[in-house]
Amino acid sequence: MALHIVVCVKSTPSNVNVPVDPATGQPKTAGVPPTLNPYDEFAIEEAVRLKERVPGSTATAVTVGGEAAAEVLREAVARGVDGGVLVSGAEFEGGDGFATSLALSSAVKKLHAEKPVSLVLFGKNTSDGGSGMVGAETAAWLDWPSAIGVKKIDAVDDASATVSRMMEDGVDSLKLALPAVVGTIKEINEPRLPSLKGKMAAKKAVFPKWGAAELGLQAGQVGAAGAGAKVVKAATPPARPAGVKVEGASSAEKAKKLVDILIERKLI
Amino acid sequence: MANPILVVAVPSRGKLSPAVYELVSAGRKLADSLKQPLYAVVTSDKASALAPDLAARGVDKVFAVEHASLGAPVDDLHAKAAASVATKENASRVLVPATVLGKAVAARLAVLLKAGLAADVTEILDGGLVRRAYFSGNLVAEVEFKTPVGVMTLAPMSFPRAEAGNKGEVVTVAFDPGASKCAFVSFAAEESNEVDLGAAERVVSGGRGLGGPEGFKHVRDLAHAIGAAVGASRAAVDAGWIPYRHQVGLTGRAVRPKLYVAVGISGQIQHLAGMSSSGTIVAINTDPACPLMQMANVTVTGDYNELLPAITDEIKKRKGSPVAA
Repeated sequence: MALHIVVCVKSTPSNVNVPVDPATGQPKTAGVPPTLNPYDEFAIEEAVRLKERVPGSTATAVTVGGEAAAEVLREAVARGVDGGVLVSGAEFEGGDGFATSLALSSAVKKLHAEKPVSLVLFGKNTSDGGSGMVGAETAAWLDWPSAIGVKKIDAVDDASATVSRMMEDGVDSLKLALPAVVGTIKEINEPRLPSLKGKMAAKKAVFPKWGAAELGLQAGQVGAAGAGAKVVKAATPPARPAGVKVEGASSAEKAKKLVDILIERKLI
Repeated sequence: MANPILVVAVPSRGKLSPAVYELVSAGRKLADSLKQPLYAVVTSDKASALAPDLAARGVDKVFAVEHASLGAPVDDLHAKAAASVATKENASRVLVPATVLGKAVAARLAVLLKAGLAADVTEILDGGLVRRAYFSGNLVAEVEFKTPVGVMTLAPMSFPRAEAGNKGEVVTVAFDPGASKCAFVSFAAEESNEVDLGAAERVVSGGRGLGGPEGFKHVRDLAHAIGAAVGASRAAVDAGWIPYRHQVGLTGRAVRPKLYVAVGISGQIQHLAGMSSSGTIVAINTDPACPLMQMANVTVTGDYNELLPAITDEIKKRKGSPVAA
């Protein structure tokens, strides 16, 4: 048994505390250096751990983005993934989760046709769009079983994976028939830093670039044209009014004044 | 022809969660704004028993899709069941709770209905636009659907819970969602009897400033005294002082309680993103200059070791016995 794991990653701004561009009403990210979406580190690490768990397995990273997004594929290789695919082209620009998940699912299908895929891994969400829905939407396009919020892959064999999903009230155990899609959360592992060997491999790595045509999609199905929703306007959240300082000579006095405020405001 | 607003009541362990009542009030607002009726669909093995509760909260028509397989928290089965009603009734907007299962169901619904999706919606605007936070909470977006059908998940605690209203009709629907490639094996309930963070009206959280796991004893005591859920910063979770389940912030849970008390939390941006929409924020910290103290509504400077027991004692004294959750 050997697995083929696909891990979907995204290039996001390294600083997401960005202003709104008054001209477009959209976030102004130009000039902010891109980086690997921090939550994807857990998905990459899990792919590498699965490779270690099941010898002979391979892992492929996939991203949708501009030419610069190849850097996050390089980061994935540095962390132990075998190779990557850059889904890129002008037609993908301005896509939302709906359009991007269609592009990702088509890339996964193409990889699946080349070498059957066992698992597709995602991070919890991205630091920019942040819907946390792209993994589950990719599974939906593929019509593959999936689980999000996964804190542990308990068992995996040729036919299935048993996973622990963290719910609001406890933990579900689910058995997914393979191929399947898994959305990870932070608790699943502790990502390691890239190794020297990984960094060397990353330097040399060359990534195929697939456009809509290679994925068997029409340009109108992806990017802004294929988006199901659009941000009409971005804004900074309203500022909070200056706070009240509770002061007193002793802890008991401060406690009394604080409780006065909480009761007066009907908060307790 | 009507294009109703459809609330998808995905049950949690065989019951309707308070999040579903929040969907009903948001759905009513949207329905009135778009001049459409408000429908709901309950997908459950006990759907016909659960439906009347929703029908009594001002929903015009409740569809009870009942099938034995819908007793399990398996996303594709619930999505197929809900999509069958959405398609047949020509729903224009589909509202789903932003719970772990709800999100999975919403993603399948978006693809089944070829619908755009807006996640973690916190506000419904006039004309059917919705508002959600993005860029890790640094920005809010006004989102417009481009597709005839729009699916949205609603952030818990963002809308009031619908109370008794006009009594709607209950329609039982026969539907077999078929087999799934996902099998539900088992559920292990969280052992503690603490209040769930996501649905809590009050949260008391502790951070690195607590200095160690014993500091959480004071946090828990205060939380119990006011019927609050216990939260934590990433630093406290990473240090192993409290399980990940309690983590508030981008890598953990987002919360919107009426009252958020942050103890010994400096306020990393990732933490702020998970709690900055709380009603009233109280910060207790030794450092008055830290970001959380800067953004809080009420601040107390001092040592939590002395302050927390004093606050807990004062509350017990004033309120009598501990407040129930």
